[in-house]
Amino acid sequence: MSLFGLYNYWIVVFLMMAGFYVVVAHENLIKKIVGLNVFQASVFILYITVGKVQGGTAPIIGENFTIYSNPLPHVLILTAIVVGVATTALGLALVIRIKEAYGTIEDDEIAALEEEP
Amino acid sequence: MTEHLAALQVVIPLLCAPICMLVRYRDWSWSVALFGSWSCLAISWLLLQQVMTSGVISYHMGNWVPPIGIEYRIDEINAFVLLIVSAIGAIVTPYARESVRAEFGVNRVYMFYTSYMLCLCGLLGVTITGDAFNLFVFLEISSLSSYVLIAMGKDRRALKAAYQYLILGTIGATFIVIGIGLLYAETGTLNMADLANKLSKNPINKTIGTAFGFLFVGISLKLALFPLHLWLPNAYTFAPSVVSAFLAATATKVAVYVLLRFLFTIFDIKISFGVLPLESVLLALSIVAMFVASVVAIFQPNIKRMLAYSSVAQIGYVILGISFININGLAAGIIHLFNHALIKGGMFLAVGCLFYKIASVNIDKLAGIGRRMPLTMAAFVVGGLGLIGVPLTAGFISKWYLIIGALDRGLWWAAVLILLSSLLAVIYIWRVVEVAYLKPSPDGNNHIEDAPPSMLIPTWVLIGSSIYFGINTDLTVGVAKQAARQLLGGG
Repeated sequence: MSLFGLYNYWIVVFLMMAGFYVVVAHENLIKKIVGLNVFQASVFILYITVGKVQGGTAPIIGENFTIYSNPLPHVLILTAIVVGVATTALGLALVIRIKEAYGTIEDDEIAALEEEP
Repeated sequence: MTEHLAALQVVIPLLCAPICMLVRYRDWSWSVALFGSWSCLAISWLLLQQVMTSGVISYHMGNWVPPIGIEYRIDEINAFVLLIVSAIGAIVTPYARESVRAEFGVNRVYMFYTSYMLCLCGLLGVTITGDAFNLFVFLEISSLSSYVLIAMGKDRRALKAAYQYLILGTIGATFIVIGIGLLYAETGTLNMADLANKLSKNPINKTIGTAFGFLFVGISLKLALFPLHLWLPNAYTFAPSVVSAFLAATATKVAVYVLLRFLFTIFDIKISFGVLPLESVLLALSIVAMFVASVVAIFQPNIKRMLAYSSVAQIGYVILGISFININGLAAGIIHLFNHALIKGGMFLAVGCLFYKIASVNIDKLAGIGRRMPLTMAAFVVGGLGLIGVPLTAGFISKWYLIIGALDRGLWWAAVLILLSSLLAVIYIWRVVEVAYLKPSPDGNNHIEDAPPSMLIPTWVLIGSSIYFGINTDLTVGVAKQAARQLLGGG
């Protein structure tokens, strides 16, 4: 298969690295969560790609079809999406509380506030 | 009834969580949590007995036959970890009543018990399941609820600690899902036993290697293997007392179990220690953890943070045992899993008693506290002796087997390093002892005002059992050796 034929995986790798970079490099707590979401989205695409069977149709039994895509990874990723939503919700809730407690959502400013007793 | 014990182990705390949420009148939610945690303990005890007498239990969730359906598979090692987790849960809950009421206010306690039950459910689920993706889901249940529990700390830094843990924990969990996904792509199965079977037949290729790398890093983040431990000190320091004790005694232990499961059951030793020079990586990281974390612990002004760094060091001992890949080393790792849970759980509970009375955990506030709270401080000191590894404590048994494991492997210098690093523990425990017993109280106040019995008794149950298991080692060593033999594939 040509390099281009695996373009889904290139997208996965790109999103994964981009998301991971945002999580590590940004000081803003909201942006970190956005990065985390991009990172997780890459994994969703990875699973969905794995489940696709070439020439296969949606996994609903019909007379004209013999090849079906594998539904299991899709179902797994539904669960992972739910987990991701829960994580995002909790993360954002924590950011709101941090904003109330410190008055800022920049990591370096919070660190500076913690230096002072 | 008995054939459904495996499912009940997870279902009972899962059901108790929403009930805690609904029962908001005073601390009735506490009674629900008490019921939940003690039933879990009873179930895990029965499961362990069943495994020891009649071998591996395989429970098919909803009667779907594996590998299609989700299987709960219980052998010696996870029966033992289930017992550790549920025993800590059962002992911590009675303690939580006073402590949580004091730290949260009566009207908010139900929130604590809801998250606490979910966390227990997640930890037990991770341990009991035989399905790789199910493991991820339970891991996230336990992680999400522990972020909430940590954020409940009074200090505003608890929020920051919980956020940091959330980011790192989610990265770790996502790495684990990537690994599981790649394994699924390669083998087409998620059932652990089936995975092990198919992986042993497949030749090692890049997909399997990559999956292994992602899983190893992800799990190491969760178990706070040095240098991926950065989330741990803040999380344990600023969490409410009960949460520190519960998480220190269970969360990292369950992560170590997951590592064992992946290294030895799913990938066999040939892949685990063949793709990467993992043996030397684990050996090096664990020894660095033992020394660096212990030295950092010596300089901490806050006792909880000191104990947190000590936990990183103690995880080093567990991983060191695993890196020997022989019966005694592996058994030492598993024994220390249990012993450290008792010791560190007990010590964090003792620190919780201090916090309950004097509202501070800074060492300079503890002058003369040994005379004012004799039972609490005595528990702390006995726990500290266990951390050091003094004979007749459980810590001694762990280190004994660890050293035998090192010598079996011909690594005499590792045995020397184990002894040297124990001396560092002497220093950080002594700092507390010196302040608490040898310095006079600042205001000359010497009358005894110990923590209430409902907090002291659970503390002493944990500390007392760390002494008991230092003298009577039949249960721990017996189960651990059998589990180690099974992991190494010797039957």
